[in-house]
Parts: sequence; structure tokens; C-alpha cells
Amino acid sequence: MPRSPRAEADRRRRWWPWLLLAPGLIWLIGLYVLPLLGLVPLSLSEPVSRFGLETVFRGRVGNYAEVLQAYGPILVRSFGFALIATALGLVLAYPLAFAIRFHGGRWKSLLVGLVVLPSLTSYLVRAIAFTSLLGDSGPVLNLVASLGLTGWLDGLGVLRDGRLLNTPTAVILGLTNNLLPFLVLPLVVAMERIDPRLLEVADDLHAGPLRSFTQVVWPLSLPGLGAGILLSLIPAAGDVVNPKFLGGPNDRMIANAIETLLLVQLQAPRAAALTLVLMALITLAVLLQLRGRGVDDLPLP
Amino acid sequence: MVDIQSGDTVARESPSSEADLLTEPATKNGTSAVHHRGGGSEVIGLRQVCRRFGESAAVEDLSLSIAAGEFFSLLGPSGCGKTTTLRLIAGFERPQAGRILLQGRDLTEAPPHRRPVNLVFQNYALFPHLSVWDNVAFGPRSQRLAEPEIRRRVGETLEVVRMSDLARRRPHQLSGGQQQRVALARALVNAPAALLLDEPLAALDPDLRRTMRSELKRIQREVGITFLLVTHDREEALSLSDRLAVLHQGRLEQVGSPRQLYDHPRSAVVASFLGAANLLPEGPGGRLRLLRPERLRLSANPPAAGERGLKARVRELAFQGATVEVRLCGADDLPLIAIDTHAALADDLSIGAELWCRWDPADTHLLEVPAP
Repeated sequence: MPRSPRAEADRRRRWWPWLLLAPGLIWLIGLYVLPLLGLVPLSLSEPVSRFGLETVFRGRVGNYAEVLQAYGPILVRSFGFALIATALGLVLAYPLAFAIRFHGGRWKSLLVGLVVLPSLTSYLVRAIAFTSLLGDSGPVLNLVASLGLTGWLDGLGVLRDGRLLNTPTAVILGLTNNLLPFLVLPLVVAMERIDPRLLEVADDLHAGPLRSFTQVVWPLSLPGLGAGILLSLIPAAGDVVNPKFLGGPNDRMIANAIETLLLVQLQAPRAAALTLVLMALITLAVLLQLRGRGVDDLPLP
Repeated sequence: MVDIQSGDTVARESPSSEADLLTEPATKNGTSAVHHRGGGSEVIGLRQVCRRFGESAAVEDLSLSIAAGEFFSLLGPSGCGKTTTLRLIAGFERPQAGRILLQGRDLTEAPPHRRPVNLVFQNYALFPHLSVWDNVAFGPRSQRLAEPEIRRRVGETLEVVRMSDLARRRPHQLSGGQQQRVALARALVNAPAALLLDEPLAALDPDLRRTMRSELKRIQREVGITFLLVTHDREEALSLSDRLAVLHQGRLEQVGSPRQLYDHPRSAVVASFLGAANLLPEGPGGRLRLLRPERLRLSANPPAAGERGLKARVRELAFQGATVEVRLCGADDLPLIAIDTHAALADDLSIGAELWCRWDPADTHLLEVPAP
């Protein structure tokens, strides 16, 4: 019996969304999920010798305890740097997003473009450029010196012996520079969703500008804030380049530790264990963000 | 020329048309449009207000006076400046010229949150992140009232709009009509000197609109606050208002009671905006005589003594249930419209039929403003 055209259409309708999903799914599974799962047995292995990357599976759970003990402080430092950079970024991004959304007028698109513009250069190049900006005779230190702030900032621990390069401050400044667009864009998108009439309503209901902001703009921009924090915390915590170029030996972050473990110490199992710990922590952060809200509320750019 | 036959040998001038003109002419400077109903004190006063956007004038030389406790409507087609007028009163727009007085105080330059009026926005604009209760409490909290006072006021206002049971809901959990009630409560709770309503019923479906229309009237009677309604719906304006103003191209055409404006409009614009109208040319000078379609009778016989009439051909028939709308074409392509009860019409009425349109001259009204 010939199939009815309707059933045929139904059948076609059922599989074509999968066809659209397929390229992305294949990419994610092949290049992300499978390699990540492959790290699980590796993280439970032992190196065969100290001079090669060959490993043998031993079910060695102790790897996790060892890396947590050895690299715990670096993990804490990584998330600390990422949090401080995100907080600093927010101080810059929130007013910027607010201004773009509510006072950008016809310049709105241009301003958003300018926020994204630095991302068009490689972050490696930007980190190297920062070394000369933050260097001993660079413009930043010159400005600080001409304002007479060197001693004060030294006292605060922002500068170290009047220098900026190879300090935590430099790493955090580099991270902040990288994550700014990831904070601004979700905030602009979230604020874009705020009906401007709601501000008129607040004004009409006898709320001054401050109350309008705290009771209307701020609560309605929270989804964008959540998304922005997530989008900037994750790459910042796992950053390799900024600590390498801008930080000193004591400012290494977790990704540098993983790199050293794998490529210098040839400890692939421990590198894998540390990678999985980092992944687990990041996944936890994502789940905390999504809890209750769901992805629908996330104003991703 | 249109030949209007008179049943009388002497054309009798209708006693109603000019003699008892109750409408006030809105003259050029607009001051004579200032009018109080029953001597109530003025709550909203506009004095020669102008608001232009670039080259085009949204509101031009507008003067109005609205008394305490009045239900006043601003009626006009979209783009006539009625919403701009409302936003000028609420403080979201500043006039380039003229003064705005609220409760006798000149508040032309005051920001919205310092004005004793509240606006019910089109499509309500409820705060999506706040419950019904918190939406309504927003204004009193802004004014830093004491918490027991806020609770009392919000509770009472929700009672008035019959939303007490849904106080914990969020706006997205409410129907359009319920959102409308919350928007009303949110404005009313501030006990404003006047409530400004911007097309409040436009977003509702027709049945609900009728319900909410009587609800609006009930609420206004209950709270006794001045309501200023902006609408393009003439039925709404006619059925709700104590007085109404017709705006046309940013200018005030006429102010008066619904009956005055319907029966004795000044101009063709007002006449046709308030309802279907037959505008009959009257002598030289381009003056027009208004004949409402329900006053026009269709008949096979020529006009009787004391009546007038003209012959016309049926062009269109529209059965509307209780009534039938008949569109006709007189001599010189004069369009005519008659609205009659179904029962009163001949059964064999059909398109192309030729018959007499008859009316009592007392039912007509000579327009003051000649045709443009």
C-alpha cells in the first residue's frame, strides 16, 4: 500500500530537526565529549616511566587526592583572580551597558561594535600588548607616578616595588580586558528586554531616578548579570595566556599548572585529573546559575 | 444642485438647529472652550498648549479645563494628538508653549513623579517581576507611606477592582482583563487628583471591552476621581463621558456633552467622527446640514406635509441584526445612509430600488463651520 503523503510529511518532519542539529552534535561529541570521557581512564592511570607520556591504567584514585593537595591553592587562586576580574569588569560593564541601552540612541549599534572590537585581535596579541602598556616605563605606570600614587598603590599591594608587570594586578587587568565584552553583551541584551515604558510607569508612580533603578532596571537586568558572570568566570578561571605573559612565577593559574604537568613533568594522569577537577567546578557553577531559571531567561548574545 | 423637496410650501427653519445651540464654539485662542461643569473646581487645565515634533505639530494651541469628579474623554483618530496631550499632562512631554495647571498649580515643568496625576498605560505595562500586590504597592512605597497605610490602601484598591484573590499572582499569570484591573489599581492607589487613561480598552476583545467599560464607569463612580480617557472609539467616549473633546490634527474641534456633540456638532469632522452622518449641502457658501441616519426614513411615498425628502437609489444593504444599514445615492452622487430597524423596512427592498428619503427638518442641524 502506498504511504499517504501526509504520513510521509510527518515522517520527514520528525527527522529534519535532527539533521539541523547533526553538525553541531557531531562536533561536540567527537571533539569535546569523547575526549573528555577519555580523560577519565587517563586520570586513573600511572605513567610508565618518568621520561615519556605512555601510561598504564591502574585505577589510581589517589591521583585526585594528590593533585587537590598539591594544586588546591592554585585552584583557589585561579577562581580568586577570575572573581576579582569579573567584579572589576562588572564595575566597568554595568554602567557601560546601561548607557548603551538607555542613552545610546542611534549610536547603540556602533557602541556595541566598539565593545566587541578588541576581541577581533588575538588575545595572545593583546596580552603581549599589555606587557608594554603595564611595563616599567609604560604609560600606566607613568600616569600613576605623575599622579603621585605609586607609594599609596604599593602600600595597598596593587603595585609591587613600584612595578606592575609580573604582579597579580597585571594578570587581573589582563583578564578584565578579555572578559569585558562577555559581560557587556548579555547585560545590553537583558536591558534591551526592559520595556522603556516600565521606567515611565515608575516615574509616573512617584519613583525618583534612584528608586526606578533599584526597583525596575536592576531586578530586570539580573538574568543578564548572571549570564555575563558565567560567561566571563569560566574562560577567566581557565586562562593560560594572561598569567604567562603578565604574571610572575607565583601568579600562575590552574591552566598553567595543567600545561606544566603535562608538557614539562610528563605527568599525563595527574594533568587529566586536574583538568577533570576544573571541569567539575565549572559545571557546578553553570548548574548553580541555571538552577530555577532555566536557559530561557539567559539573555545570551 | 441637489433638489431637496419640501413638503411644506414654506420651508420651515428647524427650531432646534441654531436656536438652542448648547455647544460652545471653540474659537481660535481656545479660551472659550474653558468650561466647568456644575461649577466644580478645575483639576486639569491646559492653556494654549503647543507641542511640536520637528516640523509637525502634535498639539496646537490647545486649551481645556476639566473639573473635579468629571469623566472626560479626548476623542480623535490616531495621530490627532490625543496621546501627546495625555503625556503632556502626565509630564512625559514638555510643551513648547502654554501652561499646564494641575489642581490650580502650574506644573508645566514638573517631572512625572512630582505630579498629582497617574497614568494607566496602553497595554498596561505592569512590572513583570512583581506580584499584583507589589505592582499596586509600588506608588505608595515610592511615596514612603507607612507600611500599615500601604497595606490598607493596596487592600482597599484591589477590593475596588475586584482583584483581591489574585494578589499573589505575577502579571504573566493574568488574563488581559485582569491585567487591566491591576493597571487601574496601580494608578488609583495613589489617590491621584486625576486618572489618565490611554486607550485602556483597546487591547481587549470586544466582549471583555464591554464588560470593562461598565467596570470603568463603576470604579469612577465609586472612587469619585476625575478620569481623563483617551480613545479613538466613539462608542466608548459617548457611553462613558460626562463631557468629551474631539481633537483633529492637533487642534480642539469641539467640547461638550456626548449628546451635544452628537446632535449639534460644529463641523463635519465632529459630525462624522461621532457617528454615521448625512451631510446635505445647504445653499451657497458650502454650509452643510447634518441628518443622522436613524432620523432618515425610507419610503415609497413622497414627503408628507412638514417633511422634506429626496429621491435616491439603494446602493448597498447591510443587515446588522437589530438594524439594517442602507446606503443610497441621491442626485449628483450625493451619498446617503439610513439606519432603520429591520421591521420598519419593506421586505422587497433591494439594491437598485428607487425610493424616497424623508425626514423632519426639526431633526436636522445646520453646521456652523462650512465644508472645507
